[in-house]
Amino acid sequence: MAHQDVISAPRPPERAAPDSLSRRRGRRKRNLREYGLFALLILPNIALVLTFEYWPVLYNAWLSLTRWNMISGSPVFIGLQNYIDLFTSPGFHTVLLNTLVFGGSVVIGSVTIGLALAVLVNQKLRLRGIVRTAAFAPYVISGAAVATLWLFIFDPNYGLSRVVFSLFGATSPSWTTSAEWAMPALIIAYLWKGCGFVAIVYLAGLQGLPEEYEEAARIDGAGRWTIFRRITLPLLSPVTFFVMVITIIGTFQAYDLIAVMTNGGPGNATTTLSWFVYERAFKGGDAGGAAAAAVLLFFILLALTAVQNFYSQRKVHYQ
Amino acid sequence: MSADTQTHTDAKSSATGGSTPAPRRKKGGPMRDSTLRKILLYVALTVAAATFLVPIYWLFSSAVKDNGSIYQYPPDWFPWPMILENFRDAWQAAPFDHFLVNSLIVTAVGATLKLLNATFTAYAFTHLRFPLKNLLFLFMLGSLMVPNNVTLIVNYITVANLGWINTYMGLILPSAGSIFGMFLLRQYMMTLPKEINEAAKVDGAGHLRMLFQVVLPMCKPMLVTVGVIAVVDMWNDFIWPLIVTNTVEMRTLPIGLLYLRSTEGYQSWGAIMAGTVIVAVPMLVLFLFTQRHIARGLTAGAVKG
Repeated sequence: MAHQDVISAPRPPERAAPDSLSRRRGRRKRNLREYGLFALLILPNIALVLTFEYWPVLYNAWLSLTRWNMISGSPVFIGLQNYIDLFTSPGFHTVLLNTLVFGGSVVIGSVTIGLALAVLVNQKLRLRGIVRTAAFAPYVISGAAVATLWLFIFDPNYGLSRVVFSLFGATSPSWTTSAEWAMPALIIAYLWKGCGFVAIVYLAGLQGLPEEYEEAARIDGAGRWTIFRRITLPLLSPVTFFVMVITIIGTFQAYDLIAVMTNGGPGNATTTLSWFVYERAFKGGDAGGAAAAAVLLFFILLALTAVQNFYSQRKVHYQ
Repeated sequence: MSADTQTHTDAKSSATGGSTPAPRRKKGGPMRDSTLRKILLYVALTVAAATFLVPIYWLFSSAVKDNGSIYQYPPDWFPWPMILENFRDAWQAAPFDHFLVNSLIVTAVGATLKLLNATFTAYAFTHLRFPLKNLLFLFMLGSLMVPNNVTLIVNYITVANLGWINTYMGLILPSAGSIFGMFLLRQYMMTLPKEINEAAKVDGAGHLRMLFQVVLPMCKPMLVTVGVIAVVDMWNDFIWPLIVTNTVEMRTLPIGLLYLRSTEGYQSWGAIMAGTVIVAVPMLVLFLFTQRHIARGLTAGAVKG
């Protein structure tokens, strides 16, 4: 009875013997003790979740309707003014566009590169173990360290970038200080850090695929590419779904890369929505405006997840 | 290709259950690989390896180059003799001893709390009865949906009101809960054989003894996974330590790196790379020893959909 599936925890079969009052009392006492222990065990974790995850959602929603500098006084209710200000400021449109470009490129890049890597590493080849380890290693390195490393690589005078560009007889752009190259620089660094993880997830997916379909298709004379496109890819769609959700959420936490590599600049060329929240609140002292942007971000994520969930329920082929 | 087919009868097939243990062919088994295909695959493999390894090599080699060779073009790929002055310079340009100690404390305490929380909650959800337990579980799991950015401002206000700005308490406590870890451990505990628990109960073991002497020893692989993920999370965290500390002495390593760069500017990449190595190496070492666990843990929720 101790170890039940939570979803369908049936009450343990009670003994049918004539229940004396004292025995029933004893059982109730035992139940209460078990409830008490349960509450005690989950208390710290649930208290932390309530204080630092759920409460912020509510309070942040209220903050978004107020004006407050986070230092003195207290929040003053101003209705939807923060939202109106956001949408009427031309700078914010750039921020939304940046978010879309960054998120979109990272998702598309991670899925394609990650899948390609996984397929490659899934072949029986020598050295594939090294590649698997190498691709995954950047994922555990602190984003600040990855960003610092790439800042050096992108240094047009001394970095690896110069070496690569001079192979083609070109000169390296000064990546992080130019408006058009800063975003690609961020995306490259982010992909380098993250696509190994995507590859590992895809690899696990590939190795869990049933082989019957493939065998059958092969017997029918289907080529590798057809099998991949018509069988493997559809079978992997739950994995793709998962990867996309994880990657999108990840791009909204890419503070470390932005902080180290571009600081949201030059101008606001690499200011994404999450960086905007941070800057508004902690550098601009505008808690209300930042909270409004955070609410917006929350709903964007929620909508994306809902859309993906809907899509996955209709289109995804579970095994 | 056909040579390895036998050795790699995978453990995965047993994990997914169902499939027969009959000798199975790997993908592409019956097809003969053409030499051209093989060459192309090896080229791709080499390019992939280089993409990930060259930057890491660049990091380590730059950290041991002297000032002359770090700015030399074409680059000095095999710096010799290797020097350690960059590490000394980094240490002098920024209080790395503080950064390191802070990171160690935050990581050790934070990861331990995360692990304890994950374990206790997972045990409670798998081994104890409670009214509306499933709903409670979903409620806790739902917090995984809350994005970091939304909690940032309010958590700062909460911690400020508690007087915890610039303290270890403020650095650690908001991250001390563990929902993902709890989820992984719960899933794992649910697969353990029931009979062992029954036996322990008959022997009169209480819940605490059951947890520490029966359940946890059986959960070791998953405990390692959850622990490693917790350590990596705590060590690498950036945005929270950045806003919750405000003196150089309270900074953790990732923030220290930002500080080092601002004090050193672009003038001494050697020292900056040395600092970067200090931040990256502990996690790389941990990763090399536990990579299978991390991979398994991180993908546990993924593949089964």
